[in-house]
Amino acid sequence: MRWTLLTLLSLTLLAGCDQPGPETDNGEAAAKEVNVYSARKEALIQPLLDRFTEKTGTEVNLITGGADALIERMESEGEHSPADLLLTVDAGRLYRARQADLLQKADSETLRNAVPEQYRHPEGYWHGLSVRSRVLVVAPDRVPANAPSRYADLADERWQDRICIRSSNNIYNQSLVASLIAHKGEEATEQWARGLVENMARSPQGGDRDQILAVANDLCDIAVVNTYYLAMMHNSDDQTQREAAEQVALRWPNQNDRGAHVNISGAGVARHAPHPEQARALLEFLVNDESQQWYAEVNNEYPVKEDVAISETLREWGDYKADDLPLVRLGENNDKAVRLMDRAGWQ
Amino acid sequence: MAVTAAPAWRSGALVALALAFALPLLVVLGSWLAGPSGNWPHLFSTVLGDYALNSLVLCLLTGTGTLVVGTGCAWLVVVYRFPGRRILEWALLLPLACPAYLIAYTWTGLLALEGPLQQWAPFPLPDIRNREGAAMMLILVLYPYVYLLARQAFLTQSGTALDVARTLGAGALERFTRVALPLARPAIVAGVALVLMETLADYGTVKYFGVPTLSTGIYRTWFGLGDHLAAAQLASGLLFTMFVLLWLERRARRHRRTDTDQKPPAERQPLTGVAAPAATVGLTLPVLLGFVLPALQLIAWAADDAGHLLSAEFLELISNSLLIASLTALTTLAVALTLVSSHRLLPTGLRRLAMRAVAFGYAMPGTVLAVGVVWVLGWLDGGLNDTLAGLGFSEPGLVFSGTLFAVVFACSIRFLTIPAQGLEAGFARLSPHMDEAARSLGGRPWSLFRRIHLPLLRIPLLTSALLVFVDTLKELPATLVLRPFDTNTLAVRAFELASDERLADAALPALAILLAGILPVALLARSLGNRDDAHHA
Repeated sequence: MRWTLLTLLSLTLLAGCDQPGPETDNGEAAAKEVNVYSARKEALIQPLLDRFTEKTGTEVNLITGGADALIERMESEGEHSPADLLLTVDAGRLYRARQADLLQKADSETLRNAVPEQYRHPEGYWHGLSVRSRVLVVAPDRVPANAPSRYADLADERWQDRICIRSSNNIYNQSLVASLIAHKGEEATEQWARGLVENMARSPQGGDRDQILAVANDLCDIAVVNTYYLAMMHNSDDQTQREAAEQVALRWPNQNDRGAHVNISGAGVARHAPHPEQARALLEFLVNDESQQWYAEVNNEYPVKEDVAISETLREWGDYKADDLPLVRLGENNDKAVRLMDRAGWQ
Repeated sequence: MAVTAAPAWRSGALVALALAFALPLLVVLGSWLAGPSGNWPHLFSTVLGDYALNSLVLCLLTGTGTLVVGTGCAWLVVVYRFPGRRILEWALLLPLACPAYLIAYTWTGLLALEGPLQQWAPFPLPDIRNREGAAMMLILVLYPYVYLLARQAFLTQSGTALDVARTLGAGALERFTRVALPLARPAIVAGVALVLMETLADYGTVKYFGVPTLSTGIYRTWFGLGDHLAAAQLASGLLFTMFVLLWLERRARRHRRTDTDQKPPAERQPLTGVAAPAATVGLTLPVLLGFVLPALQLIAWAADDAGHLLSAEFLELISNSLLIASLTALTTLAVALTLVSSHRLLPTGLRRLAMRAVAFGYAMPGTVLAVGVVWVLGWLDGGLNDTLAGLGFSEPGLVFSGTLFAVVFACSIRFLTIPAQGLEAGFARLSPHMDEAARSLGGRPWSLFRRIHLPLLRIPLLTSALLVFVDTLKELPATLVLRPFDTNTLAVRAFELASDERLADAALPALAILLAGILPVALLARSLGNRDDAHHA
C-alpha cells in the first residue's frame, strides 16, 4: 500500500511536469502557430479557427474561459505568457486588459478599413468583431405601441411591477448603465436606476432568455435583453423557445435621439505575444467578409464590418440606429456603474 | 512512553507541504497587510448586509436539511430491514454525481411554466429561483456527504454500546439520540462542515437564482468594482465563518472519546407495518429528486444528440476528466495521510495548526482560488526564469503555469480537506490503546502507521477518495482557467453550453458527468457491501 501510494504520487508529479507546455519563446519551433485565449465559447469560434489553419497552415491552440480569469492568467504569466490573441465578448473586458497593459497595438489598413472607428480602440489596441444591441422586448398585447420607447422610460412609474431584467452582476447591464452615465451623468442615472428597481416585477434572476420567457408567460410586460438571445430563441430547436420568441415584440430604444446601446465582441494582440505576426494575421482573417458573415451568423450578431450580409432573423428586424458612444467609455465607467447599482438596490 | 522526536528535515518538509496547501488562507490574510480597501464604506452602506444575511440563511437551511436527510437515511439503512434497502443503500449516493449548478438548471426546466411537470400538475408549481430554492437545490446534491460519513460511522460503531442501552430499557429513538448519534458525531459534523463549506463557496446556483451572497459578492467586488483588495478581504469573511464553525465543533468534542472496540454491530431489525413502506418511500424521495428526475430531464434534452456519444472528441473529454480526477484523488489522499498521521504520531502545536490551515481551500469560491494559484505559479515561474537567466542559462519559459500540474494542484488545494477531515474522524475512532500496545511491542511510528492504521482506515480512505474524485469531475472554475491549450473536460463543456443558456446542448456532457460519477459510487458500494456482509456472516 505504501509503495503503491508513493509511486502514484510521484507519477502525479511527473505527469504534471512532463506535460509539455505550449511552445512559447523558441522562435524556430513555433514558426507556424498562434495561441488564442478566448472568452468566446469553443463551439462558437473553433470552426473559424479551423478554417484559418486550412487557409494559412498556421496551427491555432485554444483555451476558453471567463474573460476576467483569462486576463488574470495573462497578467501572472507576464512576459512568458504564450497568449497571442485575447478574445472577449464585451468591450469592458478589452478595456480592462488594455488598462493592465496586456495588449499591444495592431494597426493595419485592413483592420482600419474593416472595423468602424467607434468599435475599435483609438490607438488600435483592440478591435471589435461583432456587434449586438441591448434592447427592449415587450408583450405587444399589454404594452402600447408608442411606449416605452427609451431606456429612460423604464423608470416611469407607469410600469410599476411590470419589468424583468437580470442581475446587476451581469456585464451587459453594467455596460448599459456605464453608457447612461456617459450620456446623462451619475446623478440622473442613479435616479433612473432607483425608478427601474421600483418597477421590477421580481427580483433579478436567470439569464436574458429567462426574461424573454417571463414576458411570454405573462410574468411581466417588458424585458431588457441582448439582441442575439432573442435571435437564438427564434432559431432554436426547442419549440417552447421558438413560441416564446414569437409571442414577444422587439423595441429598438432611443431611435429618435442617440440610438440603442450597443456592445461588441472583440480581440486584441497580447503585449508579450510570441507570434505577433500570426496574431495580426488571425485578427485580419476574422474581419474578412467571409469570416464576418459566418461569425455574426452563428452568434446571431451583427457583423462589425459594413456591407456584410446579416442573418435572416436580423434582416426581418430591419435597420436600427445605434448609439455612437465610443466603447472605451463603457470600460471607463464600469466601476462607477457597479457602485451606482449597489446604491440603487439593484441586486 | 515518550514520542521520539522527528528529524528536523521531516518537520521542515511537513511545514512546507502545509504552507503550499494553505495558500488560500495566506493570500486572504495577507490582503489585510495592505490596510482596508477604500471600498469598505460603500460595501457596508449598501450590499454587505444582504451578502452576509443570505449566506447565513443559506448555511442554516442547507446545514439543517442535509443533517436531517443525511443522518436519518444513514440510520435507517444501517439499523433496519425494509423493502428496497439494499438498492437504496447505494442509490442514496447518486445525487453526489450532480453538480449543484446543473441541478439548478434542470429543476428550473422541470418546474417551468412550459415544463413537463406543470403540464400535469393541477396547481401552480412553486418558483424555486430564490434563496429557499437555492437551499433546496444544495440540500439535494449535498446530503450524500453527511449520509456517507454518518453511515460509515454507524456501520463501524460497536454493537456493545447499543446492546447495553437496549438492556437498560432505552427505546429505538433514545438509542439513536443518546448513544448512536453522539458516537457518530465527529463523522456527522465533518459531513455537515463539508456541506457548509460547499454552500459558502457555491457560485453557480446562487448566481443563476439571483441570490446575492458573499461568494457572488466577492466576484462582483473583484471584477465589477475592479478591487482585488476588497475582494480578498471580503473572502476573509467566508474564512472567518468557517473558522468559527470548526472551532465550535472542536470545543464541543474536546472531552469526548469516540473510539470504540471492534465488536460488530447488531443484526438489522425488520421494520413492521406501515413503517416498512414508509421507510422505502421516504428514502426513495431524495434519490428521485436529487438524481432520477434531473437525469431523465437531461436524457430528454440529450436524446437528439446521442450520436456524438462515441465520437473521438467526446471520449477525449471523458479521459481528460477521469485523468484529472484520479490524479487529484491520489494527491489529496497522500497529502492528507501525511498530515493526519504525523499529527497523531508526533503531536505538536505547529502540525495541528497546519491541519487547520489546509481546510480553508474548500470554502473559497473556485475562481478566487484559481486566481490565487495563477498568481503563485506565475511568481514561481518568474523566479525560476530570473534565477536561471542570472546563472547564465537560457530561460525555460513557463514550467508550472498552464500545465496539467497546475490544474491538479489547484483541485488538490480545494479538496484536500475532504480526506483530511475524513481521516481525522477515522483516526478519532481508533483506540489509543492500540497505539500503545504496538509501541510497547517495539513498533516504530511508521510501521504502526502502515501495519495498523492504514488497514483500519480502509473505509475512510476509500470514502474520501470517492468524494474527491467526484468533486473534481464536477470542478469547474479552476480547471477552466488553469488548463493547458486544447484540453477540455466534461464539466468545462457542460458549463460552457449551459451558461450560454444552451441547456439542451449541455445535456450530453452533463449526463456523462453523472455516469462517470456513478462508477466510483458503485465500486464503493460494493466494497462497503462486502465488509458489511462480513460483519453479518
